[in-house]
Amino acid sequence: MPEVKILEEVCKGCGLCCDDVCPVDILILSPDTINSSGYHPTVVTDMKKCIGCGYCYMICPEPAIEVYK
Amino acid sequence: MAEKRLMYGNHAVVEGVIYAGCRFFAGYPITPQNEIPEYMSIRMNEEGGVFLQTESEIAAINMLFGAAAAGKRAMTSSSSPGISLMQEGISYIAGADMPVLVVNVVRGGPGLGNIAPAQSDYYQATRGGGHGDYFTITLAPHSGQELFEFPRLGFELAEKYRNPALILADGLLGQMMEPVEFTYEPIDPTSLPEKEWALSGCKGRERRVVRSYDLRPGKLEDLNRRRFEKYENIKKNEQRFRASRCDDADLVVVAYGTCARVSDAAVRMARDRGLKVGLLRPISLWPFPWDVLGDMSKRVEHFLVVEMSCGQMIDDVKLATECRSKVQFHGRPGGGVPTPPEIYEKILGVLGGTR
Amino acid sequence: MKKIFGRPAGLTEIIQRYCPGCGHGIVHRLIAELLVELDIRERTVGIAPVGCSVFADEYFNCDMIQPPHGRGPAVATGIKRSRPDCVLFSYQGDGDLAAIGTAETVHAAARNEKITVIFINNAIYGMTGGQLAPTTLPGMRSTTSVKGRDVVKQGYPIKVCELLSGVDGAYYLERCAVNTPKNIIKTKKALKTAFKNQMDDKGFSLVEILSMCPTGWGVTPVQSKQWIDDVMSKYYPLGVYRDRAKEEK
Repeated sequence: MPEVKILEEVCKGCGLCCDDVCPVDILILSPDTINSSGYHPTVVTDMKKCIGCGYCYMICPEPAIEVYK
Repeated sequence: MAEKRLMYGNHAVVEGVIYAGCRFFAGYPITPQNEIPEYMSIRMNEEGGVFLQTESEIAAINMLFGAAAAGKRAMTSSSSPGISLMQEGISYIAGADMPVLVVNVVRGGPGLGNIAPAQSDYYQATRGGGHGDYFTITLAPHSGQELFEFPRLGFELAEKYRNPALILADGLLGQMMEPVEFTYEPIDPTSLPEKEWALSGCKGRERRVVRSYDLRPGKLEDLNRRRFEKYENIKKNEQRFRASRCDDADLVVVAYGTCARVSDAAVRMARDRGLKVGLLRPISLWPFPWDVLGDMSKRVEHFLVVEMSCGQMIDDVKLATECRSKVQFHGRPGGGVPTPPEIYEKILGVLGGTR
Repeated sequence: MKKIFGRPAGLTEIIQRYCPGCGHGIVHRLIAELLVELDIRERTVGIAPVGCSVFADEYFNCDMIQPPHGRGPAVATGIKRSRPDCVLFSYQGDGDLAAIGTAETVHAAARNEKITVIFINNAIYGMTGGQLAPTTLPGMRSTTSVKGRDVVKQGYPIKVCELLSGVDGAYYLERCAVNTPKNIIKTKKALKTAFKNQMDDKGFSLVEILSMCPTGWGVTPVQSKQWIDDVMSKYYPLGVYRDRAKEEK
């Protein structure tokens, strides 16, 4: 099963990955966590839906996303 | 016997550059130095070097920045307005501590001015020229022979101190034909050592970065202070000059380049009439030969500065002599070249008409 | 589990100082991936511009040089001609490439200089605070055109790929965008072609990339990627503008 790992400290909370990029719609900006730079990082809502397409990684400017398979 | 050839000053520069092992030229035509790119295009082709006629002097100096950062000897030549365009690049190159060689065959200014010989770029050459705290090593040839020899000296100083070097000639020196002796064997570019800072791809080593900026608080201050320590070393070690007939002189003429040649004739006229007059010819304009002038000022009453400008080097003579001597000036701006009788008359005037 | 996507070795470990949602990071990563995939990292010299991406000299894990504003193609020429085995890329923004460095860009193309130029078009000056760029769209607001670009007073934007299409020396010109995964994949393909052209000693390759600047545009990152689709790419159509490899076939 593929897995997405968000590097919370690197994420700047831009939300580019959260919009319509994820085909299975499992990424949101965390409403309740804040990283040390003051950003709400992306979180995965339902890891088992991940298909490992890498679109989130592709659009991440940091990159703060890793994908495992 | 070394080979001797009758050649234009501008052509002598080209041979000097080739003999110095430089195989990279980029430049833009401008009178009175066009013989340099023309002849260089032929010689670089013969030697398998790079010759680039650029879209502007700005592009040319930045191509030098690249070639120097790649660890190669690189030079350009231009004349006053073109050198003004290069100042941005020279500032960056100085800020990145890169060695390049720039030849300025000076013409009348400001603005488009004219195409006659001048020395009115002295301030620009010796005060950095562009923005920021920096200096360029500046050499002033006065003959075809020195135009041949100074490119090598310029590269050696530029590389030793990792700083741009400038040869400040003028339209007369560039256009004049003289015998030039090829006093040394040409340097094989492949024999020059690899620079430990050159950009070449990071195979087998840490990556390298060439830059002139540092935004971290205090870091640029540190960097500039270190660069000024380098400048102190240059000032200490590299003051170059030629003094003739100065030992017993009541008056010393100070002149460089073309003006030194003309002044030499005037000094001989004065000596023929029993006047104790000498000539000090600064060869390095930066570092200026402050020390020798400072020493001389303890015993020489009069200095006469002769320049093809309204007076720029005279400031350095005054700084070096620290008000101990009287400093007079004779200048011809806007492309005028002083004559020996003109300077001789001025000498007489200074020495109180003692014919 | 095996990592299939993650920070490429062509980037240093430094966290980039771009604003959230800025397109620079995406393009940096694409270049960094190619440095590894094409096995050229150890013979590449990259050129950082002046502007937001001036710090690119810290971000790319290869030899780097930071020249004066706009002079990247000239510096690249100097390095490439001195060391033909090196792979050169000049990374430039719109002020750098299409304003202050227009002459250097056009003439490097005219000489068919064997370098790769990566042109980030975000229609605004980011580093200095959102002023008018040579690429700012007609009517678009900036801090020096607060009521929108008035073409009567401020002239028209420059379309770089179209401009360079008139230069015979240019070998390869393509305009891409990094606002969607699909466009990002295309951009990477274009960048790969641009690097391959250089590796094969073919010639001047420039990839223009429409890139988000949410801060400069005064919108959210998500709105910014939509704006590229809805507005910017209408004025700057995506596509291949020159491909001499295909023309010569």
